[in-house]
Amino acid sequence: MDTLLQVLLDGTLNGMLYALVAVGLCIIWGVMDVINFAHGEYVMIAMYITYWLGFLANADPLLSMFAGGFFIFILGALTYRLIIKYTVGKPPLSALLATFGLAMLLKNLCLNRFTPNYRILSDTWLGDKTFQLGTLIVPVPQLVTALLALLVIGLIFYMIRTTRFGWAVQATAMDKEAAELMGINTEKIYILIFGIGGATVGIAGGVMPTYLAVHPEVGTMFGLIAFICVAMGGFGSIPGALMAALLVGIVEALAGYYIAPVFKYVAVFGLYLAVVLLRPKGIFGW
Amino acid sequence: MNQTAQTRKNLFWLALVGLLALLPAVPAVTANSFLMHVLILILLYAGMAQAWNIIGGYGGQTSFGHAVFFGIGAYGAGMAVVTYGLSPWPGVIIGMLAAAVVAVLISYPCFKLSGHYFAIATFAIVEIFNRVFLVWYWVGGALGLDYPIVEEGLKNLMWYDTKTGYYYCALFLFALIFGIVRLIESHRFGYYLRAVRAGQETAESLGVNSTAVKLGAMALSAALAALCGAFFVQYNLRVDPGMVMSLDMSMKFVLVTILGGAGTLAGPLLGAAVLVPLQEYTRALWGGLGGGVDLIIFGFLIIVIVVKQPAGITGIAREMARRFGRKPSAEKGGASLGAA
Repeated sequence: MDTLLQVLLDGTLNGMLYALVAVGLCIIWGVMDVINFAHGEYVMIAMYITYWLGFLANADPLLSMFAGGFFIFILGALTYRLIIKYTVGKPPLSALLATFGLAMLLKNLCLNRFTPNYRILSDTWLGDKTFQLGTLIVPVPQLVTALLALLVIGLIFYMIRTTRFGWAVQATAMDKEAAELMGINTEKIYILIFGIGGATVGIAGGVMPTYLAVHPEVGTMFGLIAFICVAMGGFGSIPGALMAALLVGIVEALAGYYIAPVFKYVAVFGLYLAVVLLRPKGIFGW
Repeated sequence: MNQTAQTRKNLFWLALVGLLALLPAVPAVTANSFLMHVLILILLYAGMAQAWNIIGGYGGQTSFGHAVFFGIGAYGAGMAVVTYGLSPWPGVIIGMLAAAVVAVLISYPCFKLSGHYFAIATFAIVEIFNRVFLVWYWVGGALGLDYPIVEEGLKNLMWYDTKTGYYYCALFLFALIFGIVRLIESHRFGYYLRAVRAGQETAESLGVNSTAVKLGAMALSAALAALCGAFFVQYNLRVDPGMVMSLDMSMKFVLVTILGGAGTLAGPLLGAAVLVPLQEYTRALWGGLGGGVDLIIFGFLIIVIVVKQPAGITGIAREMARRFGRKPSAEKGGASLGAA
């Protein structure tokens, strides 16, 4: 029983991290109907930023995650401006293929510059700290990440739902031409959405090196899991992505502990198939 | 105008057929084994892309799961040789049948999904197969299968001294798959398939059984992808899950076809003829520097090609033909793309 609770806790905390990675992809997908294949590579680059800031300037991940967020904001906006812009309105696959090329470029650029070695940041503020809660052991870095995820997702959700900018985003997502006729600068909305989507994943990647090793391949699996979460949650639905991410985290932890670590992703991808076969547009999709 | 366009089109096909007719003579002219390697890969990738084109191009179902079928074919041949010490041929047949069966089993539920949901479902299937094959002892697990050295020749589908044997095999593979797709294109089945792509409900209202058509196309596409996989493993003499059942492999099917022009007969060949030399020459030129310089450049070129011409290389070719036809001075854009 204790073990089960511990596994569930680990799964939930991990799921929150997945949710933070997925929410950026979710708003981009929801507004522009574009799958950004380089999403996982954004995570990887933000992790490297935190790692190098920590290694060279002794900055803690909790501080350098803002640098990661800022940098990936720029990178996201540039991705839109230089690549995605030219694929909008073309066959839906072109954006995916172009960002696949981008992912390949970024991954191998990091491989080339930073070698494929695993790098771990030591002596961070949160480090390997844990505390006991009854019989449960709660890892502090994961807990802080989960709370951060909740905060960021809440902010994004609030922004989209209640601010004037958010309404403009919703209008653009619903009908681009009509939004333009109402005086909304959809081009600016697209750039900002790509930037904000990048910033959230930059924050996620920025905080991760506290407890995860950095290497050029680290982003690929995060990217895939983000696709799964967003699709499972339903087209552009933030609560859907959050719920799906929690489900993915828990299923992953359960399968990893009770079946075999190698089968945890089999369980996760199997879960996706099961969900979309029952609800072909995802949990909250229509 | 129409008349000249028709003549030009005929000339284009004549030139293409002439070029293809010259292909069997290539080994007599060159003994450069790197050039042979590039040509073999072009033929193989063109075949793979054409197999994908059946369901992905003509059928309009963007499958990212073809690495699974390719892998099943590769493992079919690999296990026949390595595990059972036979000739690869029975493995090739079994692999093709198994791939077709697996394709039908996974596609039947997945065809309910649309757009990105279908694409991500096929990603998920590749990852599941990858993990299962990694730990499956019977198929060699993560270590994969390493070929023993056996007598060379067509019986064992293996050659050591020169690549000529492989070259003719790849040429046969290419011709076979292109021939099949050419037949489908003008056959009733091809019209059904394109009708389903254009509008499933409309096609159904006219009496087309869209599920059967899509499943048939998927099974055929998977079987041909498996055949390519078998050739790939015979050429590499080794197979492991990461090599054949990975997203990167799936992306190659899609990239070559889409960049060449999906749903056209010439598209896969054009895509392969541009992408494979790009991949192989960047690898040969910069791959040795250590750490992915070739893939940085390849990734960059993919972005450029997609951004510049989403209609595929067929589109670039068409545009070039138009420019050459009207004013030869304005060839700058087309020529730089052709060189890229």
